[in-house]
Amino acid sequence: MSGNREQGTGNRDFNDGWVAGARPATATSGVAANPFFEYLLRLADDRLVLGHRLSEWCGHAPILEEDIALANIALDLIGQASMLLKLAGEVEGNGRNEDALAYFRDAIEFRNAQLVELPNGDFAVTIVRQFLFDAWDVLVLERLTAASNQVLAGIAAKALKESKYHLRHTAEWVRMLGDGTAESHARAQRALDDLWPYTAELFLGDAIDAAAVASGSGVDVEALRPRWGQTVEQVLAEATLAVPKDGFAPRGGRTGRHTEHLGRMLADMQSLARAHPGAPW
Amino acid sequence: MTDQKSPASAPAAGSPDDAARVAEFEARIAQGESIESKDWMPERYRKQLVRMMSQHAHSEIVGMLPEGNWITRAPSLRRKMVLLAKVQDEAGHGLYIYCGTETLGVGREELVDQLLTGKAKYSSIFNYPTLTWADIGVIGWFVDGAAIVNQTMLAKASFGPYARAMVRICKEENFHKKQGYESVATLANGTPEQRAMVQDAVNRWWWPSLMMFGPSDKDSPNSAELIRWRVKRDTNDTLRQRFVDLTVPQARAVNLTLPDPDLRYNEQTEHWEFGEIDWKEFQEVISGNGPCNRERLAARRKAHEDGAWVREAAEAYAAKRQAVSAA
Amino acid sequence: MTNDSVSATGGATTAAETQWDLWEVFTQEGEGAPHEHAGSVHATTAEHAMQNARDVYARRGKVVSLWVVPTGAIVASAPSDAGPLFDPGNDKAYRHPQFYKTPRGARGL
Repeated sequence: MSGNREQGTGNRDFNDGWVAGARPATATSGVAANPFFEYLLRLADDRLVLGHRLSEWCGHAPILEEDIALANIALDLIGQASMLLKLAGEVEGNGRNEDALAYFRDAIEFRNAQLVELPNGDFAVTIVRQFLFDAWDVLVLERLTAASNQVLAGIAAKALKESKYHLRHTAEWVRMLGDGTAESHARAQRALDDLWPYTAELFLGDAIDAAAVASGSGVDVEALRPRWGQTVEQVLAEATLAVPKDGFAPRGGRTGRHTEHLGRMLADMQSLARAHPGAPW
Repeated sequence: MTDQKSPASAPAAGSPDDAARVAEFEARIAQGESIESKDWMPERYRKQLVRMMSQHAHSEIVGMLPEGNWITRAPSLRRKMVLLAKVQDEAGHGLYIYCGTETLGVGREELVDQLLTGKAKYSSIFNYPTLTWADIGVIGWFVDGAAIVNQTMLAKASFGPYARAMVRICKEENFHKKQGYESVATLANGTPEQRAMVQDAVNRWWWPSLMMFGPSDKDSPNSAELIRWRVKRDTNDTLRQRFVDLTVPQARAVNLTLPDPDLRYNEQTEHWEFGEIDWKEFQEVISGNGPCNRERLAARRKAHEDGAWVREAAEAYAAKRQAVSAA
Repeated sequence: MTNDSVSATGGATTAAETQWDLWEVFTQEGEGAPHEHAGSVHATTAEHAMQNARDVYARRGKVVSLWVVPTGAIVASAPSDAGPLFDPGNDKAYRHPQFYKTPRGARGL
């Protein structure tokens, strides 16, 4: 599982984007003109990509009950993404609806964190990835229920109920895998070690976040890190899993710099829609 | 671990009471009574039910694969969610029916083993490949449509757990069929490419759907007994005709043709007459030589084997918790 | 923790073929309604069973409460008990409201 290291020219400009107040750097020009649109894409794309990854398990889960459970989570996430993309399209004001945004943007225009686009791996990787995301998601959604944008607040309220349930499910699985057999423990620890670096991106705020917070509809993600750490470390302790050390943290998803995995995933996801542009389904 | 299955009463083989008990059993059925898992039943009845129910459950599970094939490529978010929910429902249906077989003393482990080693049968229809997106809509329309005709009958089956599972399933399946037909209608009224796509899908799925109802009654050895025991209530041919009569007008409503030059309405019988089914193809497919038989089973086997360590982990975790609370 | 049972195919099922314990699920579809048997799920712990039951039987909403019970914990009456246990009370008039005459004019009974 390789991350996307920032290399070559443009590195300086990219890092400047993290300084509050500076003009945020994005991979595509013109989009930064509408920070709230950018912000909504981040929320939506996390869920769309993660929901899609989970849907890949359908028919292949370890037991029937889990086929149903993973499909539930996938459906919730894709449903949230759909509502968020619809809102984003309205905010953008160029007539793009949720399908136009989901199926006709290239990878470089997606704004999800890299964590969610990584391949599913084995069940341990999928569950650990989901758990790490869910613990963060609940915190984000809790704050968004107070968003000044009423539509966003409404979406967040509904999504929060779903997200709490997802966390309950994945936390229990992390415990079962961590404190199950020697094999499940080893797989869970390996998954945790491999995925941990990608969690840092969830807590990196930039000017887009600052603008959203200033407008009353955003979340100070940096402030979430301690609480997230508490929740996660508690469950990991119950699971007898070791908390990985913080080290190099891959980043870039929030501004369109993704891993190679996203392009391949979108090639699959978008192929049919793009083969028949404008056709009704 | 405690005995977790509700045991069925096992009849003493060859005892003189048997004839009397069978007569009493058949009288109950003739009166429309429900047989529950703890009631006395002839061993043959129990076996037939386990066979029917497990085949049905296996079909739901294997059926997740041809449709699941298109989830990642679904062309709109709404269709993506609808398809994912449908496949999830199918997992649920398999699960409901396996629960029914558990009440007859057959564990799910055993049935899963029979499926994966190729010993168990499942509906032939799922051995065909889904080649285009249109196949998804057509499957909802034809395959769920055929299943509904069958299951509506089974909802009145004499065995309580099976009948109840059928009622639950029918509610969900009606919904699937409507969505499938809606997709077909959208494609039929869409671009020329979409029209061609859906007509092609219809041409490939029509005959296999008719074969879902099984061999003609004269070639079906189990039918008479199953009907007397109200496990089946109609013959294969009757159900097949019902499906054809329902579906032909639906095809005409969206200007799609069915690939049968002999299809003709009989004014007197008020039925749609149709051509000869190629039973050789049917035999090949149910014997394991269909286009996807090997792939379907290989996929299920892989999921099962890859998942073994996960299932074991959950059990180990529970065992540790039990040991802690017992201490 | 394995199910060492012999399968129909003649071989012993091993830990690799486990499908977890069986739990019966009861759902309540509205406040004040009774819990009704919905079916069963496989799971390992009570929490796990609760989640699986919710995903399988309650994902369409309309359920306000769930009970899960290990199948082995259920004690069921045998069909042969039906006569003595459930003899119809139709001939026991004193169990039914119509047996009691209320005095004319008395209200609120």
